[in-house]
Amino acid sequence: MSAVTKTANSPVSVSANPKEKKSMPTIIVGLSYLLPSLLLFSVFLFYPMIKTLYLSLFITDTQGNPLNFVGLQNFLYLFTDPNFLQSMKATFLFVLYTVPIGLIIALFLALIANEKLKGIGFFRTMFSSTMGMSVAASSVIWMFMYNPTIGVINKVLNLVGIHDVQWLLDPKYALVAVSISTIWMNIGFTFLILLGGLQNIDEKLYENARIAGVSYWYQLRKITLPMLSPTLFFIITVSFINAFQTFGQIDILTKGGPTDSTNVIVYSIYKDAFVNYNVGSASAQATILFFCILLVTALQFKLGERKVHYQ
Amino acid sequence: MSITRKWTTYSLLIAATLVLMFPILYAFSISFMSGAEVLEGKIWPSSFSFENYRAAFEKVPLLHYLINSFAVSIFVMAGQLLVSSLAAFAFVFIKFKGRDAIFFLFISTMMIPWEATMVPNFLTAQKLGWINNYLGLTIPFFALAFGTFLLRQQFKTIPNELYEASQVAGISRFRFFWNVVLPVSKTSLVTLGVYSFLTTWNMYLWPLLVTNTEDVRTVQIGLKQMQTQEISTDWGVVMAAVVVVILPTLLLLFLGQKRLQKGLTQGAIK
Repeated sequence: MSAVTKTANSPVSVSANPKEKKSMPTIIVGLSYLLPSLLLFSVFLFYPMIKTLYLSLFITDTQGNPLNFVGLQNFLYLFTDPNFLQSMKATFLFVLYTVPIGLIIALFLALIANEKLKGIGFFRTMFSSTMGMSVAASSVIWMFMYNPTIGVINKVLNLVGIHDVQWLLDPKYALVAVSISTIWMNIGFTFLILLGGLQNIDEKLYENARIAGVSYWYQLRKITLPMLSPTLFFIITVSFINAFQTFGQIDILTKGGPTDSTNVIVYSIYKDAFVNYNVGSASAQATILFFCILLVTALQFKLGERKVHYQ
Repeated sequence: MSITRKWTTYSLLIAATLVLMFPILYAFSISFMSGAEVLEGKIWPSSFSFENYRAAFEKVPLLHYLINSFAVSIFVMAGQLLVSSLAAFAFVFIKFKGRDAIFFLFISTMMIPWEATMVPNFLTAQKLGWINNYLGLTIPFFALAFGTFLLRQQFKTIPNELYEASQVAGISRFRFFWNVVLPVSKTSLVTLGVYSFLTTWNMYLWPLLVTNTEDVRTVQIGLKQMQTQEISTDWGVVMAAVVVVILPTLLLLFLGQKRLQKGLTQGAIK
């Protein structure tokens, strides 16, 4: 920081000879501008990530101090632990339920909101509104809607003859229920990104298509989707990563239950670290989470590169 | 556009709005109901009473939580704007050896899930005495790769000749940054500010870990606390609190939706 303040305070008149100002090597100047970021990343991101990798190889005490080096034993144990395997299963099912459906709904909304109509701004605002909703507030609302006796969802289902579904207490439905609420919460953000992508498509392409007289669906398949693919590629990656990181809605709606059916990986890490005080196991799980996300990102880069159309 | 297609689109838009907005409108509606009406499972209150709102502020220190959340969100917003714009400035205007490597380091931060680092971060916060402290809620979030990328895109549109001219004229780098670069990037800064405020206001897991007293607890954790205390008795009061919590961010989103959309796509894609 000192370099920054020094430059800032130097009087303007000094630089009759501009060469003289260059006396401070640009590398020092550059680094001083980057220093706050680098320092914060080091302390709160790189260091804890390395520490997590390190602790995952140890048995720890309740304060997270390493006691015995056990190598990969934490991992080997996890992969035979039915609780952890259940948590992996819940995480993958959750990703499977939320990502594709959420993307399709948001894409549909973005397509109809990209038409040039009077009052379209109002609809765009409405469709993006869930982005302003916190996970806590959304979950409380959905918790009430899922209430078996007074919630609106069972009231509607009663009308078609389905009775008393225990949405959040039945292991068969709990993960589906959490997934539905999550899809709703994420629509705003996904919609906003996709709408931005649609608006970046060159208008001329559509004009040409109109002159050629092709159908809406042909246009969608041959112009819109290929041109939107960089955005789609980006939002799929982000959705995957977000789904892996889910915590708040689980904490409020189900607490990982019933019978661990919604105990997704971040909730499992949280419980191991802050409820059971088993930091070694929590670190091993966090390491697995890290590699899962790394894998998804790498995979999408590899697959995406071939299919994505770059302008 | 043909008349049929126009009206099909309108009906789809209206139907989608109704479905999507239903949970939010439902929360508003419940917040005005009496306890008996809530238990009957009504959709619309027979009369609008603000009793639940009064109760929400009396039963839990909701006002105090709101002030905490405001303070934390504003502080993080200011921090992110400053730290990100300094870094973005270096990436655009200051050429030095190894800059690309550092840029790669910034990109790599996006691959580390924050949740994978939360245990050591909690231990760090404990050591620094940052539990139940505003510092613990804010400073760890000041550096933001996404924010840096977003501002870098904007700063790149400033002609480099302008920078060279200012160098020749002997204007210090920091003054160029402060008096030229920041003012012409106002729009992007506002976009990033809105984004920072929204995400910080809605943060859940970290505040849950590092606060356990009413002094610094944010409004999101207050909601969780309320919902566990009042669950079987007073849904109307809980919903009133929900409405109070979502109003600021919904308003901010309604005002900043266009900019946010532009900014998010800009920072994300390129």
